[in-house]
Amino acid sequence: MSLLQIEGLGIDFGGLRAVHDVGFSLKPGEIVSVIGPNGAGKTTLFNMISGVYAPGRGRVVLEGEDVTRMPPHLLARRGLSRTFQNLQIFQSMSVLENAIAGHHLHERGSVFADLFSLPASRRRSKASEESARVLLERVGLGRAAEQEAGSLSYGALKRLEIARALALKPRVLLLDEPAAGCNAVETEEIDHLIAKVAAEGVSILLVEHDMKMVMRISNHIVVLDHGEKIAEGEPAAIARNPRVIEAYLGAQATEVQNADG
Amino acid sequence: MPELLQFLLSGITVGAVYALVALGFTIIYNASDVVNFAQGEFVMLGGMITFFAHAAGLPLPLAALIAIIATAAIGVALNKLAIEPARGAPVVSLIIITIGASIFIRGATQLIFDKQLHRFPAFSGDQPILIGGATILPQSLWVIAGALAIFFCLWLFFTRTLIGRAVLATANNRIAAQLVGINTNYVMTLSFAMSAAIGALAGVLVTPITLTGYDVGLALALKGFAAAMLGGMGNPKGALVGGLLLGVLEAMTAGYISSQYKDAAAFVVILAVLFAMPQGLFGRKSTDRV
Repeated sequence: MSLLQIEGLGIDFGGLRAVHDVGFSLKPGEIVSVIGPNGAGKTTLFNMISGVYAPGRGRVVLEGEDVTRMPPHLLARRGLSRTFQNLQIFQSMSVLENAIAGHHLHERGSVFADLFSLPASRRRSKASEESARVLLERVGLGRAAEQEAGSLSYGALKRLEIARALALKPRVLLLDEPAAGCNAVETEEIDHLIAKVAAEGVSILLVEHDMKMVMRISNHIVVLDHGEKIAEGEPAAIARNPRVIEAYLGAQATEVQNADG
Repeated sequence: MPELLQFLLSGITVGAVYALVALGFTIIYNASDVVNFAQGEFVMLGGMITFFAHAAGLPLPLAALIAIIATAAIGVALNKLAIEPARGAPVVSLIIITIGASIFIRGATQLIFDKQLHRFPAFSGDQPILIGGATILPQSLWVIAGALAIFFCLWLFFTRTLIGRAVLATANNRIAAQLVGINTNYVMTLSFAMSAAIGALAGVLVTPITLTGYDVGLALALKGFAAAMLGGMGNPKGALVGGLLLGVLEAMTAGYISSQYKDAAAFVVILAVLFAMPQGLFGRKSTDRV
């Protein structure tokens, strides 16, 4: 059974058909990438799946349950978490506090225990802090834990956002351009991180412009153009698909290919 | 010397009221970056509802409790009916909405209650207490204790509890807060309820000294706002210190120069402080990522 199923999802902005009739599914531990030229509707699709936009048509099904139009905080509690292309970080908190914030969902305790700082409350905070530190190590930010998040570089903030998303212990993780703004070494680190997280059974939906990375780690690729799905399949098949090449390089490419062939 | 002490004591009393109003500002500001100019009306409602409930025959503590709960409900209604539907609007628009709400509440109070000034009895009598040649009303001690208690509770709330930190997280980045599973609508509703309740409590405490009427809220909101700015908007410690400082400044000016200049002197000092420290005394320096 698929963990996340997208059925006929679509949204219009005024008269513009931003995304139309897109459907695919994710199995546990699978890495699915959504690719397409700029403006193809990738981020809009993400926003609909994660509850930021309310889709006009179609359904989002998470673990057999219809979660279409559910607000982000409830989706987070159901195990769907995401990162943003343009970063949504608690800028004035420390790096560690950002990661701890992700853990709070799994903290349960009475307000009174917190107010009087009872042992139960302190144990919980300590456990959260420890697992937050482990996660920061994992994304290579262990040494920056005490710094103010706002002082980090763009690439480091990308990784912090991943750490915070992982702190929620998600079943499905949506990553919107996790490698954008990262150098080659950092990109490879993120690459490994994503593969490891997926190996633990988390389904990953990825939007990424780094084609080498996409081809390397994806199990399955969905191609969007002008808001519609134009192809879907294994990386190798997608790389050869003439419609995909046309969407990326324009009509001339097909002509060139035809002329060559 | 007793003169100085007397001015100090009355300054601290007035300052404690400003601090309570400023603390109310702090909560909503922390959750949403909105300066809620209806905060003064919450203080007014606290006094007015208590008076009319008391006049209807209810014992004073019960009347006060009803006033606080009713005002909290009005705070929630303000958020649900006026702020939440305008979500996504710039902060300035939301602030203007709160100004509109404050005018509305003032008008409605005039119609539902009346335009008279009212007072209910002090909690522990009106016999002044003598301290080193100066006197202080027992009710003033109630006001000061109230401000300190609320400050302490808020400090615990924001630093110790999960929901308090959820409020801070929402203020810092609403989308990120939603991503980590925080119900930001609930956080907003809660902060309006708390702000309104604290405002109403201030009204209950201060009415035996200053009297209450439908239009007392405006001046209190202005002074409370000045106090919050002086201390650093969003910081409970700043609200407390800013409020007390403003009260003492006023009392000293009124005592040593002229009571006609007390507002002016206070605002001159505030302007001077903000000129040197735009973030207020305890405000965090803000930097924007570009």
